[in-house]
Amino acid sequence: MIVIDTGNHISALAAKMAKPHVIAAYPITPQTTIVERLAQYVENGEVNAEFIRVESEHSAMAACIGAASVGARTFTATSSHGLLLMHEMLHWAGLARLPIVMVNVNRALGPGWNIWSDLNDSMSQRDTGWIQFYASSVQEAYDNVIQAYKIAENEEVMLPAMVCYDGFILSHTSMPAEIPEQREVDEFLPEYKPAWKMDVEKPATHGNIVPPEYYIHIRYDMHLAMKKAKKVIQEVGEEFGRKFGREYGLIQDYRCDDADYVIVTMSAIAAEGRVAVDNLREKGEKVGLVNLTTFRPFPHEMLRYDKMIVIDRDISPGLGGVVYNEIRGNGSEVYGFMAGLGGMDVNYKDIERIYELAKEGKEGLYPIEVK
Amino acid sequence: MVAIKDLPLDEKILKGHAACPGCPITIALRTALKALGEKTILVIPASCSAVVQALYPKTAFNVPTLNIAFEAAASAASGVAAALKALEKKDILPVVWAGDGGSYDIGLQALSGALERGTDFIYVCYNNQMYSNTGIQRSGATPYGAWTTTTWSGKKERQKELAEIVMAHHIPYVATATIAYPTDLYEKMKKAKEMKGPRYIEILAPCPPGWRFDMSKTVEMSRLAVETGAWVLYEMIDGKMEFTGYSKRLLAGKERKPVEEWLKMQGRFRHLTQEDLEKIREIIEAKWDYYKKVYGGN
Amino acid sequence: MIKTALSTPTEGAMGKTGTWRVFRPVIDKEKCIKCWFCWVYCPDAAISRNEYPEVDYDYCKGCGVCANECPVKAIEMRREEK
Repeated sequence: MIVIDTGNHISALAAKMAKPHVIAAYPITPQTTIVERLAQYVENGEVNAEFIRVESEHSAMAACIGAASVGARTFTATSSHGLLLMHEMLHWAGLARLPIVMVNVNRALGPGWNIWSDLNDSMSQRDTGWIQFYASSVQEAYDNVIQAYKIAENEEVMLPAMVCYDGFILSHTSMPAEIPEQREVDEFLPEYKPAWKMDVEKPATHGNIVPPEYYIHIRYDMHLAMKKAKKVIQEVGEEFGRKFGREYGLIQDYRCDDADYVIVTMSAIAAEGRVAVDNLREKGEKVGLVNLTTFRPFPHEMLRYDKMIVIDRDISPGLGGVVYNEIRGNGSEVYGFMAGLGGMDVNYKDIERIYELAKEGKEGLYPIEVK
Repeated sequence: MVAIKDLPLDEKILKGHAACPGCPITIALRTALKALGEKTILVIPASCSAVVQALYPKTAFNVPTLNIAFEAAASAASGVAAALKALEKKDILPVVWAGDGGSYDIGLQALSGALERGTDFIYVCYNNQMYSNTGIQRSGATPYGAWTTTTWSGKKERQKELAEIVMAHHIPYVATATIAYPTDLYEKMKKAKEMKGPRYIEILAPCPPGWRFDMSKTVEMSRLAVETGAWVLYEMIDGKMEFTGYSKRLLAGKERKPVEEWLKMQGRFRHLTQEDLEKIREIIEAKWDYYKKVYGGN
Repeated sequence: MIKTALSTPTEGAMGKTGTWRVFRPVIDKEKCIKCWFCWVYCPDAAISRNEYPEVDYDYCKGCGVCANECPVKAIEMRREEK
């Protein structure tokens, strides 16, 4: 069934259809319509979840952790400063190996207040042990949330996962999405089987003091799980393709086969990028695009094109774009651009311009300082 | 009222834990768990209790225990309660066991939110009137005049009254207790266990290294706190207040022991000036005048 | 089995804490009235309720709370020999 609705409403729909037991969320622009829609679903009985109207985002994640530790499937959503406020508990969820699923609507950080799209919020969480997906369409937002549960809850992974997409550009824009039947989602998503839980039949303590010689193993296990997640993401993506007709994987490549240059980017910029690639191709340019749909675990092995142009909608002060810095140094010729910071519009014309600049050997913060 | 000899024998706190000798926390927790039983999930934020459990891969607590970040006990417990309801696990009770740091200060927001949402749990604050676990720094529960490592010349402010803040949330059960009166604590825990909704119990826990007194005097210290009126024992059920035990007699007019008897036993008050002592007396006097005015009618 | 900080309830989690002692409680059964105050107040659950209260010296930390609280002064805190 085709539904035309905003990124937020469609991801709320996906969350509902994943049948979480507990939802705990705090409103923040531009995520609010997710929480509002979920509250409606709960109140009219469309989803059998307990909805905790927490008093902060830190509490939202703590509540999800508490719930997951008893064996519940959980969901939350946030953005920007809310995500930052959760930061401590994101690390906690990762080390506790609780497969919480969250939607993060990307939004710039302040001061000053900026409600428009920028990826610094989620990029800043890259060391927390959370799997990160980036959606470039409403359809992808839906599909990613469903897959996120399957991937996160995989017994070899057991890591929390976030699905990110641009604030307003995707969160509040209506696009059509093919929504499967509830029965089909139930078949795709098995029941959550926690790796550990609070159980009165078998009392255990979670999180007491861990001496260094044990901690190192806990960290290493997480590290291995994140690496294993690459295989799981591809397998789940293929399975999703067989069942629902839309295949996923670690990345989406577009017209890269005979490309001289490959543009590497994410989310809305990737959507615009496909248009730019088509335009450039028409002019005879041999260019392709990689939509980096998975940022964590970072798919290094799939980004070995000879010449790459990375467009980061984020900045690590003093260092540059985060994705650019994850890629460069691998032997390829990589040009790094930061664009769209603070919600600056990046459309296909900008991307074509960036391509031209890269061909001249330039890189930098577009459009203000490129050399 | 149950007698000490009739308290359940089952021990959920195992021998060989990491608490200091004479620690009030494990005295309180042993009694509390006798009332709460095995269908309890403890939620413990950063605090002495988190350390008392000893080191992974072992723990001294024989009930399911979820350690959590310092400020998040009540919110994690909200999640536990919601999950138990969603998964239809009847009769399992989430119980927060937090210090005054994690309740009065850093954990206050989460506590208030959980109470206001009507969370189905018991929140226990064991109050040693400072941040004990990190080495005796002041908290919002530290009384006026007390030495701590962040109030070297004595705290200049009186403590806040968290039980009263909790009462303003209009929850079904608010009670105070202390370790010198184990049957009073036991009865309150048992009563709370049978109720629904948010229930709050605060237990005064005198800390030998923190208050600077001999480790054998822990129970005596908590008794004197009640006898001097520095700590009060009560329970408020659906807004109706009832003082209990020794405090009930004080409310009815029995004379309080002079607070100096309690203060002079503690090294943390050793430097008090006459002025400080007067101030402390005034605080206690005002507290009991208020109690008598508002609750003395019965 | 994934690795996370999950611990198992164990007696003696911190080892034999009896080694912490400087003084040990010695209960005089003649004076004992079996009020069980010592049992309820022990922070270490180291006193068990047998015919008389019995101290588990493997774990008793020697805090002296039992001796301080005994209403008939039946418990003496005796310095450890070694």
